Amino acid sequence: MMQDIGEMIMHHTSDAHEIAFESPFGGELFTIHLPQWAPVHIGGMAIDLSPTKHVVFMLLAAFLVWLTMWLTGRSLEKQRAAGHPPRGLASLFESLVVFVRNDVAVANIGHGGARFAPYVMTLFFFILYMNLLGLMPWGATATGNLAVTGALALTAGLTIEISGMVALGPMGYVKTVVFAPPGTTGVTKLLLTLIMIPVELIGKLVKPFALCLRLFANMTAGHFVILSLLGLIFLFGTGPAAIRWGVATGSVFFVLFMMVLELLVAFLQAYIFALLTSVFIGLMQHEH
Amino acid sequence: MFQADAAAEAAKTALNNNALLGAGIGMGLAIIGAGLGIGRIGGQAVEAIARQPEASGDIRGAMILTAALIEGATLAALVFALLFKLIK
Repeated sequence: MMQDIGEMIMHHTSDAHEIAFESPFGGELFTIHLPQWAPVHIGGMAIDLSPTKHVVFMLLAAFLVWLTMWLTGRSLEKQRAAGHPPRGLASLFESLVVFVRNDVAVANIGHGGARFAPYVMTLFFFILYMNLLGLMPWGATATGNLAVTGALALTAGLTIEISGMVALGPMGYVKTVVFAPPGTTGVTKLLLTLIMIPVELIGKLVKPFALCLRLFANMTAGHFVILSLLGLIFLFGTGPAAIRWGVATGSVFFVLFMMVLELLVAFLQAYIFALLTSVFIGLMQHEH
Repeated sequence: MFQADAAAEAAKTALNNNALLGAGIGMGLAIIGAGLGIGRIGGQAVEAIARQPEASGDIRGAMILTAALIEGATLAALVFALLFKLIK
């Protein structure tokens, strides 16, 4: 039984080549089988580029981000032309957008933060939608896949480094790696500079790596907890009736609590990813 | 022949069990550290807000940022511990 629950958890959180729509009363309603293409060979590596469950939900999230922003923009323009203050959906998304733009991007990047605001806002809404789609019935969390979070972190890392290069110039950028600690002279200075080079390089790599792992582990861990709590019901399924009902009631309430917590975590992780990206961009911009 | 297979199987199971034990202990240690760290951040932030309620917005932002940084290191440890279970 333990093995079954472990497999069930893995089955629900890992990627797949089909999207199964299970009936709440047992069995499957229908299954969408995604096309599988032959793997592409690049220098001895076979890379499977065929779409999977997580790819479908990622594209769905991207489409929903576009759709909500387009609808919001359209109705905002209409309401502005009519002289109303924003209301309804437009008001909700306007307040979110303004919050991410002013309190996350511009507040943490500092001068010239407005240039990065579109990127930070895209990160926030894209991650938020992917997280929330994982909480929908039959949904899958695309952010619970290391490849997705890795790619997001890669864009963040490239933005941090390239914006740093542009803002500081080539010599200024080299100074962020080859850095002589102030107050040292002669041999000590040389030695400390040499020691600091690998430390600074690792520091540059760790930032996107931590972003990637944080998002992945948070989303996966939440689903693990929910599925483990549901698995408790099946673990005690052979016991006496009082224990069975007790465990089932308890675990359903815990799952409900965890689901609400996951709703918070979905927002919090999108916020933290956007916040840390803008903090790192800001750090590079104002390095001296 | 069968005995050798059984012995190899038993050795593999023991190895897997040891890996699981290691993963469990590692996860526990990582969580102890993170619990202490984030608990301290939360406590100090509440204290700071109680002293200076008008600065609560800035304090909350700094608290979430620092907690996220600690959380990142902890989750890295958890993911690596989980790898012990997944890779057999």
